Amino acid sequence: MSKENTGVTAATVKKIARLSRLHVEPDRLVPLADEMNGLLAWIEQLGEVDVKGVEPMTSAVEMDAPLRKDEITDGGVREKVLVNAPKTEAGYFVVPRSVE
Amino acid sequence: MFTAKRIADKKDWLSGRDHDWEVIIGLEVHAQVASKSKLFSGAATEYGAEPNTQVSLVDAAMPGMLPVVNEFCIEQGVRTGLGLNAKINLYSRFDRKNYFYPDLPQGYQISQFEFPIVGEGEIEITPEGGEAVVVGIERLHLEQDAGKSIHDLSPDDTFVDLNRSGVCLMEIVSKPDMRSPEEASAYVEKVRGIVRALGTCDGDMEKGNLRADVNVSVRKPGGELGTRCEIKNVNSMRFIRQAINYEARRQIDILESGGEIDQETRLFDNAKGETRTMRSKEDAHDYRYFPDPDLLPINITQKFVDDIKANLPELPDARKARFVSDYGIPEYDARVLTADKAKGDFYERLVSTQGAKDRDAKIAANWMMGDLFGALNKASIDLDDSPVNSDALGELLDLIGDKTISGKIAKDVFEKMFAGEGGANELVERDGLKQVTDTDAIEKMVQDVIDANPDQAAKVADNPKLIGFFVGQVMKASGGKANPQAVNEILQKKLGL
Repeated sequence: MSKENTGVTAATVKKIARLSRLHVEPDRLVPLADEMNGLLAWIEQLGEVDVKGVEPMTSAVEMDAPLRKDEITDGGVREKVLVNAPKTEAGYFVVPRSVE
Repeated sequence: MFTAKRIADKKDWLSGRDHDWEVIIGLEVHAQVASKSKLFSGAATEYGAEPNTQVSLVDAAMPGMLPVVNEFCIEQGVRTGLGLNAKINLYSRFDRKNYFYPDLPQGYQISQFEFPIVGEGEIEITPEGGEAVVVGIERLHLEQDAGKSIHDLSPDDTFVDLNRSGVCLMEIVSKPDMRSPEEASAYVEKVRGIVRALGTCDGDMEKGNLRADVNVSVRKPGGELGTRCEIKNVNSMRFIRQAINYEARRQIDILESGGEIDQETRLFDNAKGETRTMRSKEDAHDYRYFPDPDLLPINITQKFVDDIKANLPELPDARKARFVSDYGIPEYDARVLTADKAKGDFYERLVSTQGAKDRDAKIAANWMMGDLFGALNKASIDLDDSPVNSDALGELLDLIGDKTISGKIAKDVFEKMFAGEGGANELVERDGLKQVTDTDAIEKMVQDVIDANPDQAAKVADNPKLIGFFVGQVMKASGGKANPQAVNEILQKKLGL
């Protein structure tokens, strides 16, 4: 694939990684950009299909969202909710301080 | 793209070094839907529960858990949209808005981005001391609330409670149609009045059930729009006005010293009365919205909308018009009394319930807006918790109506009622406050006063204004209990006026 900066660049990869809270080694940025450009080029082939008059599809099944009544049927499972938390206190999740 | 055609009233311009400035304000009101359970799970929404006890595994974002839409929330979104005179979209969809924060366990908020359930609408507001203004509604969409981070339980850690996580919010986005802090708070007041009348949100700002993000920018009057800053989560009318005043001045100072405004998200510190940077605004596409694959689109029918529309309760504007026509009170009074459902209900109990129909509607309005609201304000008590309820105030009004006591005495009685000393009849009896209407008794008092002030009595023929002096003396002699009208008549007769 082309190394030219036409689509995804190393900087784009770095930004996406930061937004996704993923750590990416600096030497992986360029190869990942290449791979992503490859994927994009592959998906671009769909542009050849004529979709005139076809509604955009957001789900693979043709049905509406099932709805539920407004009733309290859940909750009261604090132990289950907290079970994976590395640190808890007095029923709260405890995380490193998120403000200064 | 937003445009801002209307130019602010000149009285709302802010003075600057070289020219005046105009403030452009848009608001995002977050109103919590008054549902029993959450938008996508059956966990309870009630305020004030023990931490993390109202959290389902869906709300905690455990792997494999799937959201299911609460139909009541959809209905309330539509109902509110109709109350905002807005277009209802029969097709809407939920999207994921991606960002990381400790109180957002999914790593994304489920919201509606491209296809909100409610589109454009408009409402009319009347700011304090200003003209009516039409404010455009851009959209209303449904979304999940996040959990709550608590920073003051430990110096090093943040405590997270997910009880609020997943509670349904209606985000009501206005167009940037407001031009002064007063217009902004009048807008929030109006939206609050509408959702409360509809019953879709309880509007409790202290609990954060209704709060506003305020977008502020400044420009040369009628000029190009400036860069805006968003002030997050402002939760009282007064803070909204304070935050806008501070933020507009801050931006003007930066621009006048040659700087540029950074588009950013700011916090309002209500203790210091200032705004400060919370985070620099990431571009909108940094949220990387995409349709939530766990949720199918929402398709509602026109019949569903029509049924809701047919059963809408009376909204503040309609109620205001009815108060003017049915009770004959001025437009201003009607607006104040219908701004909030509780006020309107109180007033109607006072003037139109069984046995209350003879009460003077204008006097009743004056008493509510003057003495009652004044006392409640001073004591920081909500109308719902007023120590003087509509029956009690009605009892007092009846005593004025049948001339048992004068309006002036009634004010003293009211204060005692408000302090919890008893009912109107009881207090008037206890303190012997009944108005003296017995003509003979008043004549005697009048004669005594005239006899005691021969000099003044001699002058009154040349200076009729002196009668006020005599009225005052007689009222004083009677302990305020003499009927003022009778006193006047007898005085005029005796002084030969």
